[in-house]
Amino acid sequence: MSILVDEKSRVVVQGITGREGTFHTRQCREYGTKVVAGVTPGRGGIVHEGVPVFNTVKEAVEHEAAEVSLIFVPPASAADAILEAADAGIRLVVCITEGIPVSDMVRVRAALRGRPTRLVGPNCPGIISPGKCKVGIMPGYIHRPGAVGVVSRSGTLTYEAVAQLGRHGLGQSTCIGIGGDPIIGTTFLDALRLFREDGGTRALVMIGEIGGGAEEEAARYAAKEMRIPLVAFVAGQTAPPGKRMGHAGAIIAGGHGTAAEKMAALSQAGVHVLKSPAEIGGAVKRLLG
Amino acid sequence: MKIHEYQAKQILARHGVAVPRGEVAFSSKEAASIAGRLGGRCVVKAQIHAGGRGKGGGVRIAADVEEAEAVARQMIGMTLVTPQTGPQGKKVRRVLVEETLEIAREIYLGITLDRARGVPVVMACAEGGVEIEEVARRDPAAIVIEPIEPLLGLRPFQARKLAFALGLQGEAVVRATPLMQSLARAYEDTDASLAEVNPLVLTRSGALVALDAKMTFDDNALFRHPEIRELRDKDEEDPLEVEASAHALNYIKLQGSVGCMVNGAGLAMATMDLIKLVGGEPANFLDVGGGATSEQVAQAFRILVSDANVKALFINIFGGILRVDVLAKGLVEAARQVNVKMPMVARLEGTNVEEGRRILREAGLSFTLAEGMLEGAEKVVALAGAR
Repeated sequence: MSILVDEKSRVVVQGITGREGTFHTRQCREYGTKVVAGVTPGRGGIVHEGVPVFNTVKEAVEHEAAEVSLIFVPPASAADAILEAADAGIRLVVCITEGIPVSDMVRVRAALRGRPTRLVGPNCPGIISPGKCKVGIMPGYIHRPGAVGVVSRSGTLTYEAVAQLGRHGLGQSTCIGIGGDPIIGTTFLDALRLFREDGGTRALVMIGEIGGGAEEEAARYAAKEMRIPLVAFVAGQTAPPGKRMGHAGAIIAGGHGTAAEKMAALSQAGVHVLKSPAEIGGAVKRLLG
Repeated sequence: MKIHEYQAKQILARHGVAVPRGEVAFSSKEAASIAGRLGGRCVVKAQIHAGGRGKGGGVRIAADVEEAEAVARQMIGMTLVTPQTGPQGKKVRRVLVEETLEIAREIYLGITLDRARGVPVVMACAEGGVEIEEVARRDPAAIVIEPIEPLLGLRPFQARKLAFALGLQGEAVVRATPLMQSLARAYEDTDASLAEVNPLVLTRSGALVALDAKMTFDDNALFRHPEIRELRDKDEEDPLEVEASAHALNYIKLQGSVGCMVNGAGLAMATMDLIKLVGGEPANFLDVGGGATSEQVAQAFRILVSDANVKALFINIFGGILRVDVLAKGLVEAARQVNVKMPMVARLEGTNVEEGRRILREAGLSFTLAEGMLEGAEKVVALAGAR
């Protein structure tokens, strides 16, 4: 089983004619994803990478029944692209774009409140349900279908975890990159809730990092509600305070958001917390027997 | 991005927050003439990107023009050590010369993003001039908070709530309301990540004035604020970090001996953690980006080898869609170009791994290959320690 996306998902790529949009549309289609439309304002009517292009998301929904959007729009216009997708009734918006101003995301978050649209990201690698659908920029070939869910604030560190699972013969139900920004659409808590309802996920890997309190929030929920084993790694145990570690959201501010705090909260909640990022695959293997 | 106190005060003043009369000086002579315009008695404040300046002797009162000049002469060029600068301190290159005020009360006022709520919040505390993180630990109930609705801004009733919670009365409440709204507008208009007035003072004559101010800005939003971008003071940053940022590399210098070159922020942090876990000390955080192009790699090498503490390099790249053979060629080319002599441990994942490894093995350079990130970390820590 899987969450959020599967073989039936109909995807529209916003920013399809750009360099990233073009490259990853091809990669997603090769993986088997149903990319049914693209959107680039002013380029409507052309066919790009074998996909019909529209001027607006609304048209892509009307003509091709698109219900998932994948966004490669540059930072200055990405918030607008998310709002356009929500306005067109898109069910799931996956925003890859890195570098969106925080205040834009504050407004987007407020505008999406109470709407049926779910946002994943921004500044994330996207979502993959192995063997079914890839809506993102992750390398498809390292994944295999299986029963381990993965949720992560990181990109390449998630690939590392997935590769380790693969070396232990463990496949994945769905892998979600929730993004490295301070304001994101889907949090660890949201992802845990979704995986909890998925009968096909038998264990969950959570990859957090310094900054904010989302890991602690997830820990409180996990202690009460999660019935499958959870393995967690928190990146940034050696990160200095006050410095932004690459991701806009990865910063220890005012003494808060340290890896130690997060690891303690997760441990207390019964989560298997790893000190070493090299042990993720082995730890899951041991728990699943 | 950080700016100086005097720059933050200029921004706040433009938005209607009252600040003390004063000007910035780059020399003692300039300081003297500013003191003259202020009527002699003044306060001289060292301008560095770190707090706690008073404790290090970076804030001093001068009784007249001569004393202001003498204080400024001592201050400009001195290395100021405060609890926030670290033991190496920071060199003072400019001072703010300001009028002194008759203070009746000090208050804390700050705005920053509350990540859990997803909106900015105003934080206020009846105790000003203290470190707010310290108050948060000791007595969190002493801090009152009002969230700012992004589509509405800070409403007058919220500012009044804060003012009354601070124990302000009468005319002070009437003055505090527009001041807080001005501060909130300054935060929003400039895409700030922090706007802090600490302390906000109530003077004996009943005025509310921002005695000290601090603003930092969202780097992602600087593209639409050229006037803020111009306030960047590169003298306040680590020279290697300045160099890295000019080449779109995310680099943060640390004190260890193992240089790290990694693609992706999360993997870069995890690599540092692993180095520490196997007994080494990371020299830096460095994210070469998802693409890890040959030019970026060459620039990364340049930065890593110019750190005198670095004894060995760990290149940990999860290429994914990237072809490892292409990556390996780029690494070899860059290492030759920069003339890297120290040992390098390379751990590469992606497609065409075997070909990539062959290229590194046969390059005749100081590359050691590693299978996984644990093996890589162990090898590089051994190499860094052996020299």
